Amino acid sequence: MSGHSTYQPKTGIERWLDARLPIIRLGYDSFVDYPTPRNLNYWWTFGGILSLCLASQLITGIILVMHYNPSAQGAFASVEHIMRDVNYGWLIRYMHANGASMFFIAVYIHMLRGLYYGSYKAPREVLWLLGCVIYLLMMATAFMGYVLPWGQMSFHGAVVITNLFGALPLVGESITTWLWGGFAVDNPTLNRFFSLHYLLPFMIAGVVILHIWALHVVGQNNPTGVDPKSKADTVPFTPYATVKDGFAMSVFLILFAFFVFYMPNALGHADNYVEANPLVTPSHIVPEWYFLPFYAILRAVPDKLMGVLAMFGAIACLFALPWLDTSKVRSMRYRPTAKIYFVFFLVVCIILGFCGAKLPDDPVIPHLTTFQVMGSDLNSFVWLSRAASLYYFAFFLVVLPVLGLVEKTLPVPDSIASPALSADAHKG
Amino acid sequence: MLRKLSVIAAAAGLLVVGAAGPALANGGALPAKEVHWSFEGPFGKFDQAQLQRGFKVYREVCSACHSLKLVSFRNFGDKGGPFYSEKYPNSNDNPWVKAIAKDYEVADIDSETGDAIKRPATSADHFPSPFANEAAARASNGGALPPDMSLLAKAREEGPNHIYSVVTGYVDAPKGLTVPTGGHYNPYFPGDLSSSWHGDHKHVPPGGFIAMAPPLKAGLVTFDDGTKSTLDQQAKDVSAFLMWAAEPKLEERKQTGFAVLIYLVLLSGLLYASYKTVWKNESH
Amino acid sequence: MADTAVGATTEPEHGSDPSRRDFIHIAAIAAAAGGAATLVWPFIDQMNPSADTRALASTEFDLTKVAEGQQVTIKWRGKPLFVRNRTKAEIAKAVADDNASMKDPATDASRVKPGKSNWLIVGGICTHLGCVPTFGGGEYGGWFCPCHGSVYDTSGRIRKGPAPLNLVVPEYAFLTDTKVKIG
Repeated sequence: MSGHSTYQPKTGIERWLDARLPIIRLGYDSFVDYPTPRNLNYWWTFGGILSLCLASQLITGIILVMHYNPSAQGAFASVEHIMRDVNYGWLIRYMHANGASMFFIAVYIHMLRGLYYGSYKAPREVLWLLGCVIYLLMMATAFMGYVLPWGQMSFHGAVVITNLFGALPLVGESITTWLWGGFAVDNPTLNRFFSLHYLLPFMIAGVVILHIWALHVVGQNNPTGVDPKSKADTVPFTPYATVKDGFAMSVFLILFAFFVFYMPNALGHADNYVEANPLVTPSHIVPEWYFLPFYAILRAVPDKLMGVLAMFGAIACLFALPWLDTSKVRSMRYRPTAKIYFVFFLVVCIILGFCGAKLPDDPVIPHLTTFQVMGSDLNSFVWLSRAASLYYFAFFLVVLPVLGLVEKTLPVPDSIASPALSADAHKG
Repeated sequence: MLRKLSVIAAAAGLLVVGAAGPALANGGALPAKEVHWSFEGPFGKFDQAQLQRGFKVYREVCSACHSLKLVSFRNFGDKGGPFYSEKYPNSNDNPWVKAIAKDYEVADIDSETGDAIKRPATSADHFPSPFANEAAARASNGGALPPDMSLLAKAREEGPNHIYSVVTGYVDAPKGLTVPTGGHYNPYFPGDLSSSWHGDHKHVPPGGFIAMAPPLKAGLVTFDDGTKSTLDQQAKDVSAFLMWAAEPKLEERKQTGFAVLIYLVLLSGLLYASYKTVWKNESH
Repeated sequence: MADTAVGATTEPEHGSDPSRRDFIHIAAIAAAAGGAATLVWPFIDQMNPSADTRALASTEFDLTKVAEGQQVTIKWRGKPLFVRNRTKAEIAKAVADDNASMKDPATDASRVKPGKSNWLIVGGICTHLGCVPTFGGGEYGGWFCPCHGSVYDTSGRIRKGPAPLNLVVPEYAFLTDTKVKIG
């Protein structure tokens, strides 16, 4: 909770600065003495982990740009120059490429935490919206960044996604040509994606500052969903949360290092090591894994324009969430029915991810042919995508609005410091 | 809790089924043969003798059509490379590197007359391509473009296993398969043969048609270290060489990774202890 | 989940073993800082010349191209380099001036290789502000810099004008009588 500042400048320099620009006071109030709920579990460490990811991407990205050549002729070779000739170039490139995946792993966990514990509910709606904006900016940044190595997937992925805008009636084709800067994805497209890919992370950093500001106005949520009522409910951010965040970051770095040093290309696609060729389409165009659920939703809808709207609609549901959920109870720890729907939602997201990587007409259960519906066998990934997409939208548009009105909830504890009424209430 | 677990279990079951997919997932080709490589695993290293043999195979057979344009001669003298020697930490001074480079000619401009000339390569030069450009390459190969090999081992899903499998995997086309002119049947090469197959449509043969004729055969390349030059050996050696060409920093990467992971595990331990100490008397 | 503690104390308890407690925090912070410092090195080193630039750090030159009394300018490390085949007269003049007063005193012998004193290899950049001096100009017959009038002698030493130092002699070695490796 933003309260009264307890910072006392100790030295003369501190007092001098504090009277002119109270930045140390701001830092102290926000990250040292800041009252943090004492019952935060490890799901709350991902904010800090995300800041680490952003810093890592910014630093490695700026270094990569020192060596990268953003032209269609030279981009691919310049990335290989980085990998082979630049001192530690291989390390910086693999950190940046895998760092993007780590960034998305962390952001999905962070968002799911928010979903489960009701962190989007009043008074944290703006905090949640800012988070959605960050997520959108991240996706745009990642998409443009993937185009830069100018491999086959970079190029043809850009072709597929920019062509989506052609689905918009009347203005679609003009917008697509405007995006391309030509009649197809080519050098102008690469150059502008490079410019924007460099710009957007700084926009993300700005929105992150707003996000943390919005957080500090209302204070952290916590696993019980009950606001801190007294000093007994909180601990100072430093050292309690700092050291826990530090430990969590260190474990996260182990995962990161494992990818960078031992499986650096596992999350990518082999075709991107082939230089872009507009005349040859890869046998299987797949976006990066973090886009796969949305790609599945896009392909689930048979109509091109409706597919595009469904894909963006899936993201729009996130923005509308604070107003869709009617429950008076914040944390799903005390909402047993909602918990089940949530777990199912999580499973559906993973299923959508798998579907996004498969060919739509491939069978889900091998060698099994059932009957054809709307041009595809029922035992196909496109129908699985359709079922999963249906649940995805139903979760936001039907389950959450209705459940809040009809569900039976567990009793919510009075305060954080006296949490347990029964052993069950402490789980989850 | 139990409910949660059973839902997750059901989902996991579905996922396993979903992920298994059809047996011939990779573009209809057979999954690549598994080879044990010296460089695989967290402590993998290139076998320098193997890299030298592999380079000989590349040089005498593959380089007629396949370029290696992202590799420089000096890379051969870098740590982990086929001609690295501790006596020459600067690969530009490495005599084997210089000798190999001198055997190749690269295009250049005469500084006095301005004419286009060919001069012997130095260690700083990249491997020259066998063809001047893509059109020339296609014209000499019946319209097919022999891919550049600098990244081939990373540009194929199964990497060096794939290269090894394709090169050793040529078999006679089964009866009922119409092989197009200039094509060769290879069960490890991706493709969809259903339109060229006149047999039972439930059993379309795996693989596809590759424009390259079988490039290697026993005894084609004599190995200087006396290793028996079987097809299998040549294929393994050239695949290992191409893996080095694609990822010359592999050894350095894995060695650094080991140190970094040890450090991070220790750091995590220290931070955990610090965390436990800070929170010792606080309810959490 | 961490320990349940209904009605736990809210004040952190001090004094159970302060020195041991502090040590673990110091150790953790020191380890983290050490790791961060080690991580910084690759990020700094990547700005150093990359392997392909370092490969062009040295060049070999065929001396048969330079006739007696002539100079050839080559590009080395992105900058001009003079390879001059001095006549006996030019060498004599340079040696004669070995003890003359000059801004940057140096003997002619120290600027050439023993037994190969006709070969003078110097950087083609005026040590004043970086212009390229012209061959043979100036009263000493060495070089003349048109930008601000620096005059170099036949050993490349600064004799007149604003330049503070002699033309730089790079590291080089004779591979054979007719081939030299520079850098």
